[in-house]
Amino acid sequence: MAYSEQVIDHYENPRNVGKMDEADAQVGTGMVGAPACGDVMRLQIRVSEEGIIEDAKFKTYGCGSAIASSSLVTEWMKGMTLEEAGEIRNSSISEELALPPVKIHCSVLAEDAIKAAIDNYKSKQ
Amino acid sequence: MKLPLYLDYSSTTPVDPRVAKLMCDCLTQEGNFGNPASRSHLYGWQAEEAVETARRQVADLVNADPREIVWTSGATESNNLAIKGIAHFYHKKGKHIITSKIEHKAVLDTARQLEREGFEVTYLDPDADGLISPAMVQDAMREDTILVSLMHVNNEIGVVTDLAAIGEVTRAAKVFFHVDAAQSPGKIAIDLEAMKVDLMSFSAHKVYGPKGIGALYVRRKPRVRLEAQMHGGGHERGMRSGTLPTHQIVGMGAAFAIAKEEMAEENERILALRQRLWNGVSDMEEVYLNGSIDQRVAGNANISFNYVEGESLLMSLRELAVSSGSACTSASLEPSYVLRALGMNDELAHSSIRFSIGRFTTTADVDQAIAQVRKAVTKLRELSPLWDMYKDGVDLNSVQWAAH
Repeated sequence: MAYSEQVIDHYENPRNVGKMDEADAQVGTGMVGAPACGDVMRLQIRVSEEGIIEDAKFKTYGCGSAIASSSLVTEWMKGMTLEEAGEIRNSSISEELALPPVKIHCSVLAEDAIKAAIDNYKSKQ
Repeated sequence: MKLPLYLDYSSTTPVDPRVAKLMCDCLTQEGNFGNPASRSHLYGWQAEEAVETARRQVADLVNADPREIVWTSGATESNNLAIKGIAHFYHKKGKHIITSKIEHKAVLDTARQLEREGFEVTYLDPDADGLISPAMVQDAMREDTILVSLMHVNNEIGVVTDLAAIGEVTRAAKVFFHVDAAQSPGKIAIDLEAMKVDLMSFSAHKVYGPKGIGALYVRRKPRVRLEAQMHGGGHERGMRSGTLPTHQIVGMGAAFAIAKEEMAEENERILALRQRLWNGVSDMEEVYLNGSIDQRVAGNANISFNYVEGESLLMSLRELAVSSGSACTSASLEPSYVLRALGMNDELAHSSIRFSIGRFTTTADVDQAIAQVRKAVTKLRELSPLWDMYKDGVDLNSVQWAAH
């Protein structure tokens, strides 16, 4: 399968790889997918007192498109409000990365991970 | 552009240059281009002679009579001809067929077709090493069983079926035994005089011959009869009509002759390379060789790198031409059915890579593969949340995953 330049770029140089302390009240963690399906994404955000996403980290088990989708959204989310981040749609992710139809589920998973991280943060407040 | 390093010899092989030369001599006006079925002139006689020489060469490698070799377009056609041919000819004797869950699709899909026609098929589960035992075959046998079809060497994991022992079981029950041997000629010795195998499928392109040609061994004593699948001019004693492609057949014959000559030495060399590959990666944590280590052909190493997903691993290994056990380029994200049949969990099946080593693989190639695999696995594990969890001592089976 041929990968787009954008996917290869994120895959070769993934942005914001890492792990934050899940117990921290300012951190929201979203883990979506399942090993059996070949994709697991963990997305974490650190939210300031003002409700701005100061930092975002990810780790992903999955194909190149899944890794690229999660890497891309960590870049996008930084500096956004929770509300803005919650409006990121899978279609913008797949468009930016030029994902082929069989890889659209990777962008859907990334959108789910954002929502899960935000929900997790909110549940702690 | 630098070509990727080829480590996918179980998928196909390049034609040996010695074989290609002989094939080219059977194409043009100056060459041996005649129709082997032409009885009225020298062109036909010469072509027929070349075809019969090749038939002898194929028979010689597997210790069969040349009259037991039927040319086909490849192992897929041979499997179809053997299985449907037996089922349709002997359907009045019985409706039951036994095969296994780790067969090639050419066998499984043929069996499915026969099920649609009213036959009943038992699909045996292999043991954790990927092996089918004589006892499993014995236990599945019924009064109305007419055929057992098993592969000699598995294409994904390279494990070898004990044909001699299973042949005793099938012959005692007077049940036909077909073997898909697409992967085994030139890799392990085959003696059809000694083994009680009734039909065996061969392919040329896995043995440094050309694509588009194969053969089916059909035993003469005790006699095996088949219903033809391809009707026409009555070639190949009526079992498979169609003008014989002299150049393809000559290529297959030459490839099998070279295999007979060189296989002992070649397999020793290839086994050493595979051990070098396995030693080079197996000291990493959570790395597993899939399938029996002992009952296995020399060139195959099917390895799972736990907590790393196969497709992303392949992407990191772009400079290596290998296969993944995970077919997740499809939307279904299905892991290999062969690895699943071994009882392996989905994660491990998703993280497997098949390396297959062959005639033109060098030590330097293997060392390059080792270096690239280690680098890629290390990188992807740093990216993997599953690896984090494993390192933190989390039991992944205890996690409630949101399947999607």
